[in-house]
Amino acid sequence: MLDYVKLLILGLVAVCAAIAANYARDVAYLVHALLIMSAAAITFIYVLRNTGEAKRPVPVDEYMDGPVRAAAIATVFWGVVGFLAGTFIAFQLAYPVLNFHWADGYLNFGRLRPLHTSAVIFAFGGNALLAASFYIVQRTSAARMWGGGLAWFVFWGYQLFILMAATGYLLGSTQGQEYAEPEWLTDLWLTIVWVAFLALYMGTLMKRKEPHIYVANWFLLSFIVTVAMLHVVNNLQIPVSFFGSRSVTVMSGVQNAMTQWWYGHNAVGFFLTAGFLGMMYYFIPKQAERPVYSYKLSIIHFWALIFLYIWAGPHHLHYTALPDWASTLGMVFSIVLWMPSWGGMINGLMTLSGAWDKLRTDPVLRMMVTSVAFYGMSTFEGPMMSIRAVNSLSHYTDWTIGHVHSGALGWNGMITFGMLYYLFPKLWNKQRLYSLRAVSWHYWLATIGIVLYAASMWVTGIMEGLMWREVDAQGFLVNSFADTVAAKFPMYVVRGLGGVLYLTGALIMAWNLYMTVRKSAVRRDVAAAAPAE
Amino acid sequence: MSDHKTQHPEEQKLLAGDPDTTGHVWDGIKEFNNPLPRWWLWTFYATIVWGIAYTVMYPAWPLVNGATPGILGFSTRANVAEDIQRFEDMNADIRTRLTEVELAAITPDDNPDLYNYAIQGGAATFATFCSQCHGSGAAGVMAAGYPNLLDDDWLWGGTIDDIHLTITHGIRNTDDPMARYSEMTAFDEILSDEEVASVVQYVRNLSGQDADATLAAAGESVYLDNCAACHMDDGTGDRYLGAPNLTDAIWLYGGSEDAIEHTVRYARFGVMPPWSADASNAGRLSEAEVRAVAVYVHSLGGGE
Repeated sequence: MLDYVKLLILGLVAVCAAIAANYARDVAYLVHALLIMSAAAITFIYVLRNTGEAKRPVPVDEYMDGPVRAAAIATVFWGVVGFLAGTFIAFQLAYPVLNFHWADGYLNFGRLRPLHTSAVIFAFGGNALLAASFYIVQRTSAARMWGGGLAWFVFWGYQLFILMAATGYLLGSTQGQEYAEPEWLTDLWLTIVWVAFLALYMGTLMKRKEPHIYVANWFLLSFIVTVAMLHVVNNLQIPVSFFGSRSVTVMSGVQNAMTQWWYGHNAVGFFLTAGFLGMMYYFIPKQAERPVYSYKLSIIHFWALIFLYIWAGPHHLHYTALPDWASTLGMVFSIVLWMPSWGGMINGLMTLSGAWDKLRTDPVLRMMVTSVAFYGMSTFEGPMMSIRAVNSLSHYTDWTIGHVHSGALGWNGMITFGMLYYLFPKLWNKQRLYSLRAVSWHYWLATIGIVLYAASMWVTGIMEGLMWREVDAQGFLVNSFADTVAAKFPMYVVRGLGGVLYLTGALIMAWNLYMTVRKSAVRRDVAAAAPAE
Repeated sequence: MSDHKTQHPEEQKLLAGDPDTTGHVWDGIKEFNNPLPRWWLWTFYATIVWGIAYTVMYPAWPLVNGATPGILGFSTRANVAEDIQRFEDMNADIRTRLTEVELAAITPDDNPDLYNYAIQGGAATFATFCSQCHGSGAAGVMAAGYPNLLDDDWLWGGTIDDIHLTITHGIRNTDDPMARYSEMTAFDEILSDEEVASVVQYVRNLSGQDADATLAAAGESVYLDNCAACHMDDGTGDRYLGAPNLTDAIWLYGGSEDAIEHTVRYARFGVMPPWSADASNAGRLSEAEVRAVAVYVHSLGGGE
């Protein structure tokens, strides 16, 4: 019966999408409608082929690892895509001739930049978080994922969202809000997927066999809940037409700007910080084979972090139309946030006490520890840059870009790589990774890449900040904007090279993980451990 | 691919000297019962105390109408206004004099301080508003229609008064009725292909470039009938109409055969916006700033 309901819904969606494609007012909407139609049609055929077949009994005593494997593979794929796009646009800034005339309106910097940011944050980071959430919540609850095939819906639904967002950027569909560029149709679809994700996560936690909820799950749950809230509020839009991608924001002016940066800052706070701390809290104790340093610290810094982060957004709008009082509060909350952020770093690093020697022999653990070090560095740099006086120099400069990347490449990237190196042998029942030497190569390429990136952006950022504010004795500005652009050129090349190193490391990882699945020896002790209850 | 059984792997082993754990185990992971690091806790408290103190000093807490102003009376808008006012006051006298003195008298010999101020201010204003087209070094963009301001070839005149007039009203724009205006004819449908080809060679010959002698000779009558009215019989152009000199090596849109043919067939129409806020609504510069830019551009090397 359920299969027939599914078929009915899928058929309706496919037909409606086909009709919408026919009436589409712009190319982006047309492509989105066709994507939805294809997705619904493919799922329709898949369900149809299984309708009336004898159902395989659900193995309640087995973890559901299929979606974890899929999300892990997607993480690697989107990571490489995102890093490639980033490296390319870095060189577009250094050599504008790379904004090819024949690709104008599709592959120029303005179109590729949101493609890069969304590919790394939402496609690479998002899939990493899906893999981590699916894996961790099952292991630490000792329970199979709730909701039957819901995890597959979340995984494939999320990939459809990524495709809709990416095609939208290239075809010029954007609502112009950073990290929230997709327009109403894509936003609505993500909302549906996200609610399913939340239900799945809560459902699994509720049927857990452990008396307590592990700290990693607090962080992952706070990430899912808060991102849902942020996404809905920041995307309150009214579509111009039911058959077009354009929409108009409900809030306007400084209210819209404030909402946008409340969203934008907490995308960093809950997507890239809380979610990845959840990842850290599981994979570091696992890889180091040591208990978490302090339970008390994990409680205090969790609640302090999620309470304080949500107020820090206004520091993105210092010296704008935002009233001074809001700007002050944003700055104060950012600085008070410093220690709660560092609580995660302390718990991550100190978990290694008694196991520091492993850093010499285990490049995967080294990767995780380096990521925590970068986390500590950027969560110090962030509060510092939120100070109004510092911000008056750093705002709008490349320093901000450098700050973001030391966090994104260092913290999010490295902890994800560590997780993938941990997960692949486990998920495919292999004894070990194909090559630890290749992990070491990846580690050093990535680390040197990050250093080149961050250092060059500090130099250009501070330089251009100083050049912009330089006035002569009579109060005239000394430099034109074009002067500052010309002065940054050498550092832009260095930044691009940093990107090349980071991308090379990721390609080595992709090869290493592929070889692990294909060539590594199978693990035989799977069934030997004691059962859960 | 078979999935793993829901089960506990081995619990983490403790080392001698390890602190107590909380007793919970998840998937083998345990947690130590370590206290909060003291330095962490005290730094956290310190930031909270600092935060409260800071919000007392500065505008911070929202109320029903407005927000707490803070006891220091801080305001970013007031700070900016104060900064601007400081320089306004400092330069008020010299700016007034800049608008009153004869332009031709703003020279290093007659008014050294005024000249110095105008060069500094003109350079800064130029960098902000003019460099987008004329380049930050004022060399224009070769063959793209953005004139070089460093040489002594002037379309509309190179005396300081001419330059001032050009900046004030702009060229060929519709925002300022005082803007000087002229329009070259597009000869594509007026001249035959042979006539176009011959006049192109004639113009090449005028500027001393390689040209087909036969065609160039044939082009002379075409030139005199169609072009000489503005570009003059000898090709030296007419500054009153902004008609370029065709006899030198400087080409606003390029001097190749293709570029000249394109110009002859489809004409060119370079536009410059008006800059004086006194002269038109589209203008953005004060008279003092327009004059400063005029002095600066005049000083670049080609001023007459």
